[in-house]
Amino acid sequence: MSNQVALTGNEAMAQAMKQINPDVVAAYPITPQTEVVQMFSQFVADGAVDTEFVTVESEHSAMSATVGAAAGGARAMTATAANGLALMWEIVYIAASTRLPIVMPVVNRALSGPINIHCDHSDAMGARDSGWIQLYAENAQEAYDNAIQAVRIGEHEDVRLPVMVNMDGFIISHAVENLELLADEDVKEFIGEYTAEHTLLDTENPIAVGPLDLQDYYFEHKVQQAEAMENAQKVVVEVAKEYKNLTGRGFEYFEEYKLEDAEIAILALASTAGTAKAAVDKLREEGVKAGLLKLRMFRPFPAKEVAKALSGLKAVAVMDRADTFSTIGGPVFADVRSALYDVKSDVEVVNYIYGLGGRDTTVEDLEFVYNDLQGIVNSGEVNKRVKYLGVRE
Amino acid sequence: MSKVNLKELSLQDERLTGGHRLCSGCGASIIVRQILHATDDPVVVGCATGCLEVSTTIYPYTAWKDSFIHNAFENAAATISGTEAAYRSLKRQGKIDEDKEVKFIAFGGDGGTYDIGFQSLSGAMERGHNMVYVCYDNGAYMNTGIQRSSATPRNASTTTSPAGEVIPGKTQFRKELTDIIAAHNIPYVAQASPHNFKDLIRKARKAFEVDGPAFLNVLSQCPRGWRYPEDQAMDIMRAGTDSCFWPLFEVEDGEWKLNHIPKEKAPVTDWLEPQGRFKHLFKEGNEDLIEEIQEQIDKRWEELLHKCGEK
Repeated sequence: MSNQVALTGNEAMAQAMKQINPDVVAAYPITPQTEVVQMFSQFVADGAVDTEFVTVESEHSAMSATVGAAAGGARAMTATAANGLALMWEIVYIAASTRLPIVMPVVNRALSGPINIHCDHSDAMGARDSGWIQLYAENAQEAYDNAIQAVRIGEHEDVRLPVMVNMDGFIISHAVENLELLADEDVKEFIGEYTAEHTLLDTENPIAVGPLDLQDYYFEHKVQQAEAMENAQKVVVEVAKEYKNLTGRGFEYFEEYKLEDAEIAILALASTAGTAKAAVDKLREEGVKAGLLKLRMFRPFPAKEVAKALSGLKAVAVMDRADTFSTIGGPVFADVRSALYDVKSDVEVVNYIYGLGGRDTTVEDLEFVYNDLQGIVNSGEVNKRVKYLGVRE
Repeated sequence: MSKVNLKELSLQDERLTGGHRLCSGCGASIIVRQILHATDDPVVVGCATGCLEVSTTIYPYTAWKDSFIHNAFENAAATISGTEAAYRSLKRQGKIDEDKEVKFIAFGGDGGTYDIGFQSLSGAMERGHNMVYVCYDNGAYMNTGIQRSSATPRNASTTTSPAGEVIPGKTQFRKELTDIIAAHNIPYVAQASPHNFKDLIRKARKAFEVDGPAFLNVLSQCPRGWRYPEDQAMDIMRAGTDSCFWPLFEVEDGEWKLNHIPKEKAPVTDWLEPQGRFKHLFKEGNEDLIEEIQEQIDKRWEELLHKCGEK
């Protein structure tokens, strides 16, 4: 039994956390995630969850306490955004290398400086090499769906990795949409009981977590971590299929929107994918063969599948809502272009860095990108590989 | 609470085994063993990055017989508070046997406690977790090679506050962390030293017994950083308390109590002179530096006598 409701992204995420009913949540408020923590506090105050809620004094302690709880065998969650994620940084890596299946919603916000509270992906993209699985959502429904699936993905015995559930700040977190919530008992059944294999609290079988790991073992442990990421690819698909059976919703690594016969396409993740769909529809009416690849899973990166989906196109624009300052493009662009190298495709790939600090990205902006791609196809030339979309000169 | 009995203690198993790689004469392992003698319950140990951590859990070995977690340098208190929260949650939900008692303890050096871990410690104490935090205070970042901390005594020569031609070692007095933690109004706070094991173990028992957070600040000798022959440690530590450089006191539910009032206060030189880190103070012309230290210690002792109702 599911339930049709009108909720903001933050409300949907708080509902997901309530239904997951974690043993421990340790979290610190930060715009635009604050409401998630506030609403969850109310669930705790009302006895609606079994959670022990640890009201830490910083995000660094939020991640530290979450690691301590997860190492104690608890299903543990936190949530953050932007500078909060940056303050956690050190422990974000430790959570992954300690192989703790923590689920963390990140309500994406521009990372300071200059300080800015609005959406971009510079927070999560900076953590792309931290060893966390990263899922992105086009809307509140997908963010909710990803949060529930994240529990299963992270806890899978072949994975045991933390999962970052990304949701665009304000654009999704504060906008109301109609969505379907699962019934509490369906979520409970879907995620199941969590039993950690080794825990600090199994005091009859004591363990040592986080020992000093020197030249003779560290490397092997890092490779095991990489193998777990490989395994995650398979598990993400399994869990997505099962979730689709339950809800009729969702997809695996990405959604292809009118991509099959497309000549030009945008690759985007998060809310911009929705805007791109509107642009595609408009262009299709004009007879332009435009399409979209909406990436759901950025870590691990589904290189083979992305390359296969794009290799038959004539031109692709990769949209990055974060810059790397490498001067050769954003983080998603680097991975997509690298993936295409292996399939020796003739598709031209360009990069648009867009929407930094919450700069609005409209249907017209994306039409401009498609027109640019059309120009590349017509002329056979790329005058500039990496561009900033809609920036004043 | 029964008296601390040396004969009984000697029959107990050690919970930190031999074979760890701490320096000969290090205070940390002695402190850990004494404190773990104070409970019969299983414990989960958290440990900040530092000498104790790097020397006791080098993969694939561990010297700890209890469950142990090291997370990072500045977050031992936050980490163990998370594990304690997990314990409370799982117990409340019936996922852990309700008769099972587990104690939670975090160890950090003065670097991981007074300085980089200060915020995490303050947060955990304020939140009221049922945990014991122990600072083994050897007065510098010993693990990285004797750099000054806010626990380093005034005029001690360290590698980042070296005694030079112009500056005579560290220019600041150490901060009174025990008082700061007492200001969190937690059930139990105490300052101790391992040379007085009866006092330390009694305090550890109390720390484990109270419902809520407890903090122990324990002076920890360091032959490398303090620069003295290892076999003089206990005499030096005794001089530390007899000179009132390191008063032994406790604060239980807001009540301050001195646990050792020397019949005759020893001069601070008894504490300073055997330690190489203070050697420069005994050069001609530096008498005023020693006087300033003595004055500060006298002032602090007077304050404590008042706080503890002895005056």
